[in-house]
Amino acid sequence: MLTATQAIIMILAVAFGTMITRFTPFLLFPETKEPPKMITYLGNVLPPAMMGLLVMYCLKNVSIIETPHGVPDLIAIAGITILHKWKSNVLLSIGGGTIIYMLLIHLC
Amino acid sequence: MASKTRKKEFSRAFRAAFPHTIPVLTGFLVLGMAYGILMQTKGYGALWAMLMSAIAFCGSMQFVAITLLTVAFNPLQAFLLSIMVNARHLFYGISMLDKYKGLGKVRVFLIYTLCDETFSIASSVAPPEDINRKYFFFFISLLDYLYWQAGTLLGSLLGSFITFDTTGLDFVLTALFVVLFLEQMKKKENYAAGVIGILGTLLSRVLFGADNLVIPAMIIILVILIAGRKQLDRTIESKEEQVC
Repeated sequence: MLTATQAIIMILAVAFGTMITRFTPFLLFPETKEPPKMITYLGNVLPPAMMGLLVMYCLKNVSIIETPHGVPDLIAIAGITILHKWKSNVLLSIGGGTIIYMLLIHLC
Repeated sequence: MASKTRKKEFSRAFRAAFPHTIPVLTGFLVLGMAYGILMQTKGYGALWAMLMSAIAFCGSMQFVAITLLTVAFNPLQAFLLSIMVNARHLFYGISMLDKYKGLGKVRVFLIYTLCDETFSIASSVAPPEDINRKYFFFFISLLDYLYWQAGTLLGSLLGSFITFDTTGLDFVLTALFVVLFLEQMKKKENYAAGVIGILGTLLSRVLFGADNLVIPAMIIILVILIAGRKQLDRTIESKEEQVC
């Protein structure tokens, strides 16, 4: 167990590291200046790419070898995709997918 | 009079922003509570959990930091680890340079609280035309931030009383990312980048394992996006030409 001062220093160290990653792009490319074309391009293509990364990141601990072989995750994601293509309602797709997933892991 | 219209604009922006954050409300309450409970079991009560959530506000890194708080005091390690775990935020910033342009002082708060979930929503959703853009983004960020604080507080205070099984409820955040991914895919020019994001991360997961996948995945994605710029950028430009 750390002392109170040490714990506060640790919190500040974690916060400082995090804020460097959040602020650096905005400090490197201030809004008063036009950013390089490459950066504007990356700003356009990174959102879909990062959304793909986040989806896969959430599934990183899913094992294909061990039961349930990622089946609940796959079925839930398929359900979300179908619901979303059909109704295009964000909350319905998310809620429906989560219910499918919870039913699968609790009942199976 | 002026303050009255401002108030009206404020509440209209709130009503436009709130529905987008409901999945985050669910996910952050569950995960924030898990965080509060874990901190409690390691001897850090509500005050400490709240301090970390309020000042650092960095989800997964807060869970990593629980371990760091129970071993030898090493702030430099915590600092460096926090940069590595959170490196993906660098790409969020690059993506939001344009959207967060010209928003005045509130911009500092938006950048400070730019977590995965807020980025996903703010980058995928455009504020309705009749809604003040600044207030809209402000409420998305503020609400997500407050949900995390509320979850942390509830977890540290009530953790031991909670008996119902919430296993699997945190899937709501996976579902959020899946839906926002699908929203991005509605634009044809986003197809290639989305597939690159999925396959690049999958490759990184296979090569580097579940615990070290983010930074290699970011590098793989970045290299492919830069190498493929001619193809990917052209689709965007030719779209604009068609419009003209």
